[in-house]
Amino acid sequence: MGLETDQPFLTVSMNKVVNWARKNSLWPATFGLACCAIEMMASTDSRYDLARFGSEAFRASPRQADLMIVSGRVCKKMAPVLRQVYDQMPDPKWVIAMGDCASNGGVFNNYAVVQGVDQIVPVDIYVPGCPPSPDALIHAIMQLQEKIDQERFSQRY
Amino acid sequence: MQSSDVLAERGSTFPAGIEVERHHDPDSGADTMTINMGPSHPSTHGVLRLVLELDGENVVRCTPHIGYLHTGIEKTMENLSYYKALVLTDREDYLSNLCNNLAYSLAVEQLVDVVIPEKSQVLRVLLNELERIASHMLWLGTHALDIGAMSVFFYTWQDRDLILEIKEHMSGVRTKTSWICPGGLRGDMPSGWYERVESFLNQFPKRMEMYEGLLSNNPIWLERTRGVGVLTPQEALDAGLTGPSLRASGVAFDLRKSNPYSGYEQYEFDIAVGQYGDVLDRYRVRMEELRQSYAICRQAMKRALAMPGAPVRTNDRKIAPPPKAELDTSMEALIHHFKLFTEGYHPPVGEALGSVEGPRGEKAYYVISDGSNRPYRVRIKGPSFYNLQALPKMCEGRLVADVVAMIGSIDIVLGDIDR
Repeated sequence: MGLETDQPFLTVSMNKVVNWARKNSLWPATFGLACCAIEMMASTDSRYDLARFGSEAFRASPRQADLMIVSGRVCKKMAPVLRQVYDQMPDPKWVIAMGDCASNGGVFNNYAVVQGVDQIVPVDIYVPGCPPSPDALIHAIMQLQEKIDQERFSQRY
Repeated sequence: MQSSDVLAERGSTFPAGIEVERHHDPDSGADTMTINMGPSHPSTHGVLRLVLELDGENVVRCTPHIGYLHTGIEKTMENLSYYKALVLTDREDYLSNLCNNLAYSLAVEQLVDVVIPEKSQVLRVLLNELERIASHMLWLGTHALDIGAMSVFFYTWQDRDLILEIKEHMSGVRTKTSWICPGGLRGDMPSGWYERVESFLNQFPKRMEMYEGLLSNNPIWLERTRGVGVLTPQEALDAGLTGPSLRASGVAFDLRKSNPYSGYEQYEFDIAVGQYGDVLDRYRVRMEELRQSYAICRQAMKRALAMPGAPVRTNDRKIAPPPKAELDTSMEALIHHFKLFTEGYHPPVGEALGSVEGPRGEKAYYVISDGSNRPYRVRIKGPSFYNLQALPKMCEGRLVADVVAMIGSIDIVLGDIDR
């Protein structure tokens, strides 16, 4: 190929290598709201160990995060805050709606709760359960990794 | 130009409302600034928002803002039958599910006037104490994490996971079991359940020793907690504190002793009482409570194992569903089952209060019946709401770094405050 080097090298498509980097270091923002937040914390503990999938680094600042796990019911007072935290996250960013309440309101079909967080932010993965077990959340993160793998990286700048 | 304007120019949506405000009083020389903590903050244990007025590093004033998790649970319960409203009690204070179940069940049982079997009383006590251990384990882990001891979190969650496994074994769900219901329990414990509890209890004293070893004599831990957030007994009572936060101030008030329910008067245990009412005392009181809960669990296990095969649900078919096996053979059982899960029961007109000693304090459900199959009104008294009222008092004049220690020490759950 005309390359004169004694160092080993690899040719790979840009899409593959960027997506590989993105999907294996998803840093979630700590957006714990209610019951699901407890199970989200459980997924980082020594038993479930989310670190195996590169997502254990929960960042308190949305500026350092690229995954938002909306864990729990979003009430109408919290909705603007949620949107603001989402806007503060740098691109590329993904959203997991964890649990029934974040997905569609769950058992709380009433005046106070937003009926699905997809009314406020675009959601990539929905996790069913009330609350979903840590295994379900880890499964969702693996699904999201697969989804990222199939994306064209240039569409998320 | 303010910093928010700069941010706006660069396309940020950071609203001006959270801009740092400075107040300068040239007469007194006071120079304070107001900052915002929360509602999305890792150390506020949920979506609590605190507006802190600071003079340098010192807190001049602390104003909690709540309502970021208001779920309308009390109102939603008015639209559900008594049996179905039970599942919402799990989701309100999400760290003491079984204690909430029990408080609601006690209130409804008073309304319909039903007596429940002895074994279900024993298992209710056992489940409540396991729940208390699980909740205190979570508190210990997150409290230590806030102050800076990361590893405690990983150890305590191992124990918490064991209790969640116990709950999963009996119900199939890790946290929200709704296992305690009006009329007794949903069902008897499956085979192998008692062995699992036994093996958890066998290793628990050793784990407690380890936690004590990690924290109790740790100089950093003592430095961060001793003398911080002091509440006198009178201040604690004035703010309406209950539970371990009140007992740490030296007031020996525990509903399990003063107003026993579910047969707590038959168990031998002590109330842990603190002396100084600071963060360290609240830690010590909760650690002692863990040991007392362990003792109660042992006694309850002994009683439960002495009653194999005894009923765990009332025989009143109007209140509790018939055993599943009866549905295939008995017409009446089928009718009762159908009636209970579609229409429910109609308690007579009246009011009832069920209150229990939850992990955070007095948890009470006040249920009003108008004679229909749905509660006319359910009022939930959450201990966290009252415990939070003590926070501004504690924070005044303290360092801003101690605020997270004080929030952790009163062990609030926002689902309990906002409901």
